[in-house]
Amino acid sequence: MSELKLYEVFIRAKSGLNHRHVGSLHASDAQMALLNARDVYTRRKEGVSIWVVEAEHVTASNPEQEHEWFDPAEDKVYRHPTFYPLDKEVENM
Amino acid sequence: MYSQGLTDAKGQEEPADLLAEFQAKIDREEKIEPRDWMPAAYRKTLIRQMSQHAHSEIVGQLPEGNWITRAPTLNRKMILLAKVQDEAGHGLYIYSATETLGVSRDQLTDELLTGKAKYSSIFNYPTPSWADMGAIGWLVDGAAIMNQVPLCRASYGPYARSMVRICKEESFHQRQGYEIMTVLARGSQAQKDMAQRALNRTWWPSLMMFGPSDKDSKHSEQSMKWKIKRFSNDDLRQKFIDATVPQAEHLGLTIPDPDLKWNEETGHYDHGEIDFNELFQVIKGNGPCNKERLQARINAHESGAWVREAAAVFQQLQSEKNKSEAA
Amino acid sequence: MTNSIDNKALYAYLLRLADSSLTMGQRLAEWCGHGPYLEEDVALTNVSLDMIGHANIFYQMAAELSDEAQTADELAFLRDAHQYRNPIITELPKGDFAFTMMKQYFMDTFNFFLYEGLSQSSHEPLALAAQKALMEVKYHLKRSETWLERLSLSTEEASKRIQKALDDLWFYTPELFETDATMNKLFQQGVIGDYGELKKKWDSHVQAHMNHCELNLPETGWVATGGLEGEHSEHLGYMLAEMQFLQRAYPNSQW
Repeated sequence: MSELKLYEVFIRAKSGLNHRHVGSLHASDAQMALLNARDVYTRRKEGVSIWVVEAEHVTASNPEQEHEWFDPAEDKVYRHPTFYPLDKEVENM
Repeated sequence: MYSQGLTDAKGQEEPADLLAEFQAKIDREEKIEPRDWMPAAYRKTLIRQMSQHAHSEIVGQLPEGNWITRAPTLNRKMILLAKVQDEAGHGLYIYSATETLGVSRDQLTDELLTGKAKYSSIFNYPTPSWADMGAIGWLVDGAAIMNQVPLCRASYGPYARSMVRICKEESFHQRQGYEIMTVLARGSQAQKDMAQRALNRTWWPSLMMFGPSDKDSKHSEQSMKWKIKRFSNDDLRQKFIDATVPQAEHLGLTIPDPDLKWNEETGHYDHGEIDFNELFQVIKGNGPCNKERLQARINAHESGAWVREAAAVFQQLQSEKNKSEAA
Repeated sequence: MTNSIDNKALYAYLLRLADSSLTMGQRLAEWCGHGPYLEEDVALTNVSLDMIGHANIFYQMAAELSDEAQTADELAFLRDAHQYRNPIITELPKGDFAFTMMKQYFMDTFNFFLYEGLSQSSHEPLALAAQKALMEVKYHLKRSETWLERLSLSTEEASKRIQKALDDLWFYTPELFETDATMNKLFQQGVIGDYGELKKKWDSHVQAHMNHCELNLPETGWVATGGLEGEHSEHLGYMLAEMQFLQRAYPNSQW
């Protein structure tokens, strides 16, 4: 019977960077979550922008499927530039 | 956010291959993340340790909070406020990390307020003088840092990440405490006496913060294997003593242990016997301030109930209003 | 322009600003470790820190103006209640969360328009200090507005408490706009803004938010006055006894 909802907090450290997950907090609503995130997570000028997302709205992949989902990308070497040998003269392509 | 869909493995036989894979992962220094499979006992140990840690931060606000309104200068007032505020923040970070293990903040709070959960024994001692603000920062935060730095490499990802943040923020805590002691030790005789009395009060309880001696520590071995713990209680305690004695000498203060002396052979300080009976008594609830500290938390929680309820109800009314407007 | 400013008048005015901020910050600091929940504990402390920070700046500016070699700490810790110039509202005990938030809302709104005006001061150091404070006050006001809305438009208990806080505090607010001869001098010199204008802005902002929150302004009550001349409530003496204890018990010491 939790009174306050769980929100995940994302902060952009400075412009040019992505918002990054920094932690979570409890709040009654998005507006309060935003205000409290400012006070809890940016006391040392850690950010220039905040996102808050209600935790139950995050859909996550299943860790049990980690291998079947992510390992197949491992051997697709042709997606990487180093797969393609070039003559010395054009090395810097 | 990862806490949904956890299966409680309690009472069930845990498959040997999963256990082996889990341990191998830890041995490779890979982190365990919230939705990864983990042995029920690992989860339970983490919840116990992390919630105790979070509770300690929260109760730890009180002994220092005691002096915020009486701090002697504007700067000292702001520093102390910021420090006690950090402790609330740190409790919050660790509660958040604990919640990823599938236990709610409400449950954790309830366990603290009903006396079911433990917190660090040190916060059950009183802070009768301003010098205690110095002694706490210097010794208590000093001891806490010794404990916390290795936790930045704890095997459980959310715990390790919260500890990285906490250690970064706490880097000023010990220094401001030692600075308070420095000013007092160089002040009037009355101030020196104040500092010495605070050291006398805090020294032994701060050694007890590292927990019982290794031979009596019941959780240590498994926690080391799981890399929730990296060093033994006695090793950390010794490290703390070795670091602190010269700092006390520098201040011209006397550590209240007649048996304390440098041991050329071991390269460490030998120290007198620690009264672990006192530690066990305080942990059991029989310290000088146990009742007051817990009561203060209960009061805050109870007198805040209507505020939390109001905020939640406001949100419900708003979303109902939005729905009916949309319809 | 700066040369013509009456230093004595400015000194007295800076104390009014500083004493108001310090007493507000000191009361808010009492919440630290006792907030209604952890997130709010951290947030209340942030506001307290801002306000004590403002006090520190204004005391330093006052200390620099004074003929005697005074420090900010001496001004804060070695003056007695009758020398404090804050309005009585800021020294009132913290009360429950509703009382704290209503008081905070009144002061945040006041400070918002006050610092907005002072940002244009002909005395440059004051203008700069006000600009910095204004930035922080905007956030304070956002917070207290948000809370007032939640406390008044939610449960029966909360709306009862917030209405009571309004009833208890309302007649302390006219004092915020009192001026004296020295302030009038500063106004003429362009150092401070027009307090009559300030009151108009404050009134219309507060009225609108009270309407939004469905709160009723009380009709009669004792109207507080006196802070500007050092006539205070009984509460300030206790606050100072606590706050100044170390400085009084161990005079001439370093901390």
